[in-house]
Amino acid sequence: MNWKNILTIAKKDWIEVRRNKMVVSVMFIVPLIFIILIPLMIILIPASSPEAAQQMFQDPDLAGFMSGLPDFISEIIEGMDVTQAGIVLFLGYMFAPFFLIMPLMFASVIAAEAFAGERERKTIEPLLYTSATDTELFLGKVLAAFVPAFLITLLAFVVYILVVNGASYSVMGRIWFPLPSWYPLIFWVSPAISVLAIAITVMISARVQTFMEAYQSSAALVVLVLGLLVGQMAGVVYLSVGVGMALGAVLWVIDAVLIRIIVRTFTRPRLLSWAD
Amino acid sequence: MGNNTMEYAVKVQNLTHTFGTLKAVDDMTFNIRRGEVFGLLGPNGAGKTTTVRLLNGLYAPAQGSIEVLGMNPQSEGNTVRRRTGILTETPANYDRLTARQNLEFFGTLAGMDKTDLNRRIEELLTFFGLEKRADDLVGKYSKGMKQRLALARAFLHRPELIYLDEPTSGLDPESAQQVRELIESLRVQNGHTVFLCTHHLDEAQRLCDRVAILNRGRVLAQGTLEELGRRFLPGLWIEIGLWMPLPTGEEIISRQPGVLQVNVDGRALKVQVNSESQVPAIVRGLVEAGAQIVSVQPVKTSLEDVYFKLQAQERGEA
Repeated sequence: MNWKNILTIAKKDWIEVRRNKMVVSVMFIVPLIFIILIPLMIILIPASSPEAAQQMFQDPDLAGFMSGLPDFISEIIEGMDVTQAGIVLFLGYMFAPFFLIMPLMFASVIAAEAFAGERERKTIEPLLYTSATDTELFLGKVLAAFVPAFLITLLAFVVYILVVNGASYSVMGRIWFPLPSWYPLIFWVSPAISVLAIAITVMISARVQTFMEAYQSSAALVVLVLGLLVGQMAGVVYLSVGVGMALGAVLWVIDAVLIRIIVRTFTRPRLLSWAD
Repeated sequence: MGNNTMEYAVKVQNLTHTFGTLKAVDDMTFNIRRGEVFGLLGPNGAGKTTTVRLLNGLYAPAQGSIEVLGMNPQSEGNTVRRRTGILTETPANYDRLTARQNLEFFGTLAGMDKTDLNRRIEELLTFFGLEKRADDLVGKYSKGMKQRLALARAFLHRPELIYLDEPTSGLDPESAQQVRELIESLRVQNGHTVFLCTHHLDEAQRLCDRVAILNRGRVLAQGTLEELGRRFLPGLWIEIGLWMPLPTGEEIISRQPGVLQVNVDGRALKVQVNSESQVPAIVRGLVEAGAQIVSVQPVKTSLEDVYFKLQAQERGEA
């Protein structure tokens, strides 16, 4: 395995990705909405009108939901007023699945560019005539999608910590974020979901002709994460440390199986059919 | 095998490759000597691109054997490809990269040392007239510039064997001429072998030491132009130039022994004879009939004549 080849392929894709307006806009707009706009709305609107927040939390459905919270959340919000509890509940727990949507979207948009984009522009043939092995070609492109997806998610996490703590400081009176359940989410589940998105995008790229088709199909994976979001809202599942670790483990196993299948089929004769 | 490896850059024996039920390459056998320019000629779908892919280990042959630079492309494909260069049918450059970035990418993958790579990039950009636009995105290039960049990519890592698929397509006459000169200069450089796929028969005639003519995956004929001419266009053609047209010229020549065919074109008579020995008698006969001869020249066999004769034979027309 020649790592120089793998890095060369990844670096080439990074340059190309930076010049794809569609990819760049996904990289900017998605975090802007999820880590800045929505958190600020959740913090600043109730904080500016405590009465409205009071009223909202007296809603019988929400009160029922609050009373059904698992102990690891109840312990944290115990003794807080409704505004503080609301902020912790929404931004500390309910919001967590959005941090899975981001790496998923980043990874699938870059992978779509790296695999289907290369197919769409018919640039893959000269690449197949290089001395890079099939595995090096595959890993170079996986790395091209994985590294930025993971790094931007980390960066988004850091910005989210600053935004949440900064905007809620006057209400909370202390630095309270991140909560323990976020660590497995960011460092264990998020990379696993990035790899899953890449693997599925590669499989889709073999069947579609264009970057957009590949990206749109793979972005359908977001539905999986939305399931988690709905599950939390419905009180069925909560992203605790344990759930995060277990979810990550399941995803990594699925990733390993998919990657094994893909590596076996990611061969020059198959890739040539992309070029024709 | 040692001697053959020294002598031949490519050895192909009974090569067959199929896509489903279609035989894209059918029992092909040919050898390419080191340092020669070898042309693969044939209509679209004749199997040229598939052959090049097989020679580079991109496909596994269904039958037959291939040896490229003494190696088996199937088991040593990566090493083979490191020592070969290719200009594919379409330039297929990365449009969102600059010319320099395109070359840096392929040079690094070919294992070139950074200092050498940078020097080589400058050299090729200058040679192909791209140095002033080296840092522009390739997407902004004209078709001809893209083709020149793809050629630079093929030559970048100083490959011993270069495959050129339609190298002058999309080039203006000046650039096309420059590329032909480049190919000719490679011929004289020791160890460089050129495998040329082209539709331009005049280009093949000018550049190739030997050619193979393909149709539907099969080699119809191969050899030097002289060999092909002798085999498929027997006899010798001479052209006799007259000062004035001679109405009885055709009749006079046809009476001579060894004359196979006569075509009259105004003041020019084209005569096909068995051998050179018949020429003096023909000239004498014409002079005695009052013809004023200004020139007598042998007509060279053209690759085009051989090519179209073979393709017509293949269609059952001849």
